[in-house]
Amino acid sequence: MSELIIDGKPLAFVEGQSVAAALVATGRVSWRATRAGHRPRGVFCGIGVCFDCLVTVDGVGGQRACLVTARDGMTVTTEESTDE
Amino acid sequence: MTSKVVVVGAGVVGTACAFHAASAGLDVTVVDRGAVGAGTTSRGEGNVLLSDKEPGPELALARLSRSLWEEAGEELGPHSIEFETKGGLVVANTTEGLTALREFALRQSTAGVRTEPVERVRDIEPHLAPGLPGGVHYPQDAQVQPVLAAAAMLRAAVARGARFHTGEIAAAVTGRGDRLTGVRTVVGDVLPADAVVNAAGTWGGEVGRRLGAPIEVLPRRGFVLVTEPLPRMIRHKVYSADYVANVASSDAGLETSCVVEGTRGGTILIGASRERVGFDTTMNPAVVARLAAQACRLFPFLRRIHLIRAYRGFRPYCPDHLPVVGPDPRAPGVIHACGHEGAGIGLAPATGALVTAHLLGRPWRGADPAAHTGLLPDRFFLSGGVPK
Amino acid sequence: MSDPADLIIVGAGPAGMAAAATALAGGLRVVLVDSGTAVGGQFWRHPPEHARSVIPTEDLHHGLREYHDLREALAAHAQKGQLDLRLHHHVWSAVRQDDVFVVHAVDRRKAPQEIAVVLRAPRLLVATGAYDRQLPFPGWDLPGVLTIGGLQALLKGGGVAAGSRVALGGTGPFLLPVAASLAARGVEVVTVCEAAHPRAWLRHPGPLLRNPGKWAEGAGYALTLVRHRIPVRPRTAIIRAEGGARVTSVRVASLAPDGSPRPGRERRIEVDAVGVGWGFVPQLDLLITLGCALTDSADGNAVVAADEGLRTTVPGLYAAGETCGVGGAALAVGEGRLAAESVLADSGAAPVLRGKRLAAVRSAVAAQRAFARALALAHPIPPAWSSWLTDETVVCRCEEVTAGVIGTARAEGACDHRQVKQLTRAGMGWCQGRMCGPAVHCLTDPKQAYRPAERLVATPVTLGALADLDT
Repeated sequence: MSELIIDGKPLAFVEGQSVAAALVATGRVSWRATRAGHRPRGVFCGIGVCFDCLVTVDGVGGQRACLVTARDGMTVTTEESTDE
Repeated sequence: MTSKVVVVGAGVVGTACAFHAASAGLDVTVVDRGAVGAGTTSRGEGNVLLSDKEPGPELALARLSRSLWEEAGEELGPHSIEFETKGGLVVANTTEGLTALREFALRQSTAGVRTEPVERVRDIEPHLAPGLPGGVHYPQDAQVQPVLAAAAMLRAAVARGARFHTGEIAAAVTGRGDRLTGVRTVVGDVLPADAVVNAAGTWGGEVGRRLGAPIEVLPRRGFVLVTEPLPRMIRHKVYSADYVANVASSDAGLETSCVVEGTRGGTILIGASRERVGFDTTMNPAVVARLAAQACRLFPFLRRIHLIRAYRGFRPYCPDHLPVVGPDPRAPGVIHACGHEGAGIGLAPATGALVTAHLLGRPWRGADPAAHTGLLPDRFFLSGGVPK
Repeated sequence: MSDPADLIIVGAGPAGMAAAATALAGGLRVVLVDSGTAVGGQFWRHPPEHARSVIPTEDLHHGLREYHDLREALAAHAQKGQLDLRLHHHVWSAVRQDDVFVVHAVDRRKAPQEIAVVLRAPRLLVATGAYDRQLPFPGWDLPGVLTIGGLQALLKGGGVAAGSRVALGGTGPFLLPVAASLAARGVEVVTVCEAAHPRAWLRHPGPLLRNPGKWAEGAGYALTLVRHRIPVRPRTAIIRAEGGARVTSVRVASLAPDGSPRPGRERRIEVDAVGVGWGFVPQLDLLITLGCALTDSADGNAVVAADEGLRTTVPGLYAAGETCGVGGAALAVGEGRLAAESVLADSGAAPVLRGKRLAAVRSAVAAQRAFARALALAHPIPPAWSSWLTDETVVCRCEEVTAGVIGTARAEGACDHRQVKQLTRAGMGWCQGRMCGPAVHCLTDPKQAYRPAERLVATPVTLGALADLDT
């Protein structure tokens, strides 16, 4: 198993999984809040169309967790990025 | 004195004409082949700018319009048009550019524009690139959401008795002595009128021709970029000083000098290129790349931000880059209100008030035809009429 | 690949793979571009090549022999340098300049880093597929509610299930393989709500009879469902999802013929995940921007207008698969082959398929297209689906625009999804109306086919990558 760092904590994943699949494997289906209503969101379409699953990867926001292949040592932040 | 008016075009200028004319008690019918604000109105950034205008007939109209937008906001509800006095910040890239910008601003301030020189531009826009020599702050520059504004003005006009007619006009109908009695649509409907307002924007040339009052209105293509939604990073309309030169330019090729601003929805707008390519709707990735590069030079943090949308529109311009507002001497009853180029949103309410003043034959809401003779269509037909 | 390409294909799903294999067999130099980590598209979605031993997904697939044949053909040509396979490449724009197609992509192999890539070829084939069509309902934005395609993608691509007790709903045959896949991974599928009535098929029996393969496929799923005791409930729909931080239950209603819930015939079922899908929406963004004519399809979507040889109305531009009308993988493969034959013919190259083999592909494509049409007519969007909505139901997930706000815009005269967007921001967010567009369209103008808004930027791209293009 490999590990990425999500919000400062290690998350094990199977090589080849997307960041979303790695999260879903641990039972997590939401990791974001909407801007206005602060509703929880996570994986929905699973194929890069809906943009519900956005995360920050290695400091770059707006990454679709369902499209980004998890990599050993990758840093994932799930809060809405406000620190630019 | 006119009583029945047909306004051709339900863009921001047409709906402003309808709003003011209906407020003045005139019987108004707005006719458009499409939906309210579906043309160039929906393709701009919503600029209500004084900062980019040099002293002259357009600035005079813009100053009136700026105060009429504020009044419209109070009347229609500021939220219904998303009126926001965000202010403009023009930054210079070089010290020579800064000197030219300051001189330009000085002339504007003598014409009544509020200008505030800024030494450290990052004090008021913290995410600007380091090393910019300075700029000028224009606190009056503002913003509206153009489609919402057009829809709100049309609603207000309808509340004052105006009608909306979906259709495309074909010709003017005249009675005895060539007096205008109405307009006919392509399906044969006749809308009675003793005045018709050509507020067809980029299509104003064609509408003028159909009304027997041809004028030259040409399209100038522009792309606008929209980023992903972000927390507020940019507070003003920020642009580089060469934008002013581009707006006034007559060169045929591509010109870009970006205007960058945040919006209420969280997105950042990056506008706008200027190309004379007719009504060519083709996507041009090179233009998009140029705008992106300029925006990133102004705000380096944008390099990591996603473009999620681009749109393009066609600004309507007259050969002398001034709008044409007023009665056509060749076709009694026809009043032009088009050719605003990239300033149609900002100039709309004053255009509507000025058209209404022409219809009434007396000043209306601060718009006095005698003060805006430089915009009359006469300048294209009468000798020595092209004002500078 | 240093030589200029003869053909760029965007999309390496069944249509793009088959088109590439045929064009390569005919001697053309091909660039095949896809945003995914492996060829196969959504239908043949697999984990990346290096991960297949640890994430076994072969048993979830159908028609894998074709997939493996195509994959091997592509691999062989890639080795020879005749195929330039660009995975992890996201195409954001394609334009035609002086008879050459210029395809702009970003290389995201080292995501989140993006590198701008510009590809050029005299011919372009767009096979960008489709995604699940969604109809909003109260609670559809709760975590744990996914598209059925999303459930399937997590299983096929990542080997994970998004829940342990799942309800599926919507309409169309895609519900069945998703139910079967979930069951195969030990998930309890508590109900499959199919809004259509099975009798609808009797109105179009011809195409069903002429496509025995489809029949057998359906029977296979039915057997799997029976084996796992998964109840398929016709004329029902999931009309509400409930829960807090995650979905905990759904309301299932029995539907009247118009799709409105029958009063007093609602059931509450406890679940920890939900999958919904109402057919598919073709991804037409590149084609619309390139100026292709569209035509209406039986499933309520506008699709690209293409001739029998899959030529669009733009010279040198071809389309295959779901962009020409949703019809499944077998049809997509056939169309991909025929499109590639057109490319070969138009390039002056010799055909790959001849005589009886060509005729067989053509007749299979025709039969599958008729089947797809019958399928669309048997699985319509229920006309009264909007009766499930409340004013508070979020329709646009990105900008959080509710059904009530959209209703106000309609009352103020907005009569299509573009006007609703301008007045309410529905469709202006991250997904650019891909999720809510069909629904907003159905709320405003249900009699017309859905034509997506023009999207000049087909996928988000960083301004930095764009800026680097400007030299």
